Amino acid sequence: MLSETPILSLDNLSKTFTLRPAFGRATKVHALRNVSLDLMPGRALALVGESGSGKSTVGRMIVGHHTPTSGRILFEGQDIAELTTRADQMRYRQAVQMVFQDPFSALNPAHTIRHHLLRALSLHQPEADPETALRMILEDVELDPTSTPAKFPHELSGGQRQRVNFARALAVKARLIVADEPTSMLDVSIRKSILGLMQRLKDEHGLSLLYITHDIATAEYLAEDTAVMFRGQVVEKGPTAEVVGAPQHGYTKLLRAAVPDPELRLTGSDAGFAAEARQVRDLSAHPVRALQEVSPGHLIAEHAEAAHA
Amino acid sequence: MSALLSVEGLRVDYLTAGEPFTAVRDISFEIQPNEILGLAGESGCGKSTVAYALMRLHKPPALVRRGRILFEGRDVLSFSDKDLRAWRWSEVSMVFQSAMNSLSPVMTIFRQFYDMLRAHGPITKAEAQDRTAHMLEMVGIPADRMHSHPHQLSGGMRQRVALALALTLQPKLIIMDEPTTALDVVVQREILQEVLRLKDELGFSVLFITHDIALMAQISDRIGIMRAGEIVEIGTAAQIVTSPSHDYTRSLWEAMPILAKRPKGARHAV
Repeated sequence: MLSETPILSLDNLSKTFTLRPAFGRATKVHALRNVSLDLMPGRALALVGESGSGKSTVGRMIVGHHTPTSGRILFEGQDIAELTTRADQMRYRQAVQMVFQDPFSALNPAHTIRHHLLRALSLHQPEADPETALRMILEDVELDPTSTPAKFPHELSGGQRQRVNFARALAVKARLIVADEPTSMLDVSIRKSILGLMQRLKDEHGLSLLYITHDIATAEYLAEDTAVMFRGQVVEKGPTAEVVGAPQHGYTKLLRAAVPDPELRLTGSDAGFAAEARQVRDLSAHPVRALQEVSPGHLIAEHAEAAHA
Repeated sequence: MSALLSVEGLRVDYLTAGEPFTAVRDISFEIQPNEILGLAGESGCGKSTVAYALMRLHKPPALVRRGRILFEGRDVLSFSDKDLRAWRWSEVSMVFQSAMNSLSPVMTIFRQFYDMLRAHGPITKAEAQDRTAHMLEMVGIPADRMHSHPHQLSGGMRQRVALALALTLQPKLIIMDEPTTALDVVVQREILQEVLRLKDELGFSVLFITHDIALMAQISDRIGIMRAGEIVEIGTAAQIVTSPSHDYTRSLWEAMPILAKRPKGARHAV
């Protein structure tokens, strides 16, 4: 287990965006600060955090939308910045696919589902018989293989469109899927079925998943490992059972406590939550000095200038 | 106790090229003073159409075909335009899902308060400023932010501003259509506790619309479950949580990934 090479490693990754408005001074935004993560093959790693925590930036850097300001991204031990030949780059882009939050804008409205999938198939699996491959892929994502190919994206529901996006990743024989909030624009009633699909892709196809989400409950449902991000830093990471089940860092505890629990009635007289939220946010924004191992594989951040709550 | 709002047999159709599409099918419910009524359902079930129809904000092709909406016994559907303008916001107001769309991007926060206050009675600029400052502080935003434009505020702050705007004229009913869906859970919790605190302080009713029934169960007194334009079940929050009687309600619960176990001593419980 420990001797296995991670399929993907982030090594001290930082990203600074410089905003240059038309007027006024340029400002720097530290979107990521020294993020290190390992994703093991055939497993799912959930990256949890609020909006603006930098979790999507991580996903976008992995698929090459952004280049790191510093630090390395290692795919099966090899630094992706060193993939200079076109063949190597193609191999990496084929192996790592992204599924976006918005299933509506990720598909071209002017083309049928057949076109979307055949294009991916002909580019990446030219040897396969396209019609058979198309059928198999649609069956894999639980879409009707006879009626779906002729449909246009607008004829499908959000959940079905998200399945097409996963099908496209399968069509190129991806080994790692970066799924950025794949369920958050879907109805609650179909959310679980998409999570179930990801689970099955992982178990049956041996796919590795980086599951980016703000919903800690779905992370628990899907992922073996979880990392919690806040203001561009990883504040806690480790096995999901421990990170979500028994969180140690103040921010994870806060996130955990805020998940709606139908059995817990909220009242207006409780100012404690807001006060604590403010305090925890202030403490957790400080630079992380070191990660402390609280149990095997379970690490929490120690913040400079302030001990965490 | 007489109901603040009662809806009787409301039917809303959308006119289409073919057959009219019935989005809301003869639904009836009541909201009592000081009560939070939740309306839950999937997208497309008609819950937002109900919200718009209650404030008569629905526009063609939507059409109220049948039914009555009584607000303190007055028939809302027979209001004249003038009555409507006076009634909206001073007695019933609304918080929309996306504060990015409900606030004007080209006006400062103060300007939006000033517009709204002037529309409902004579007020000087200085008075309006005092009022705005008071309302912003009430929802936890420093008063000097009133001179900011919406894009200078975070999503959570914008939603607080929308809430402050909805509360300023002290309406008796606030309709909240997915008010926190775009926010993360921590901010969501903060804002909802703020709503509950203000409700204790000012006293108003809320029609709370969301697809997140776990969240709804945390704050509503009663919950109605909608499907395909009908209310399939309505009951107290406790009953909907512990003993839902309709299959659809049960399937909604089953579809939710819920955290396995709470950390011990769930802090800030009640």
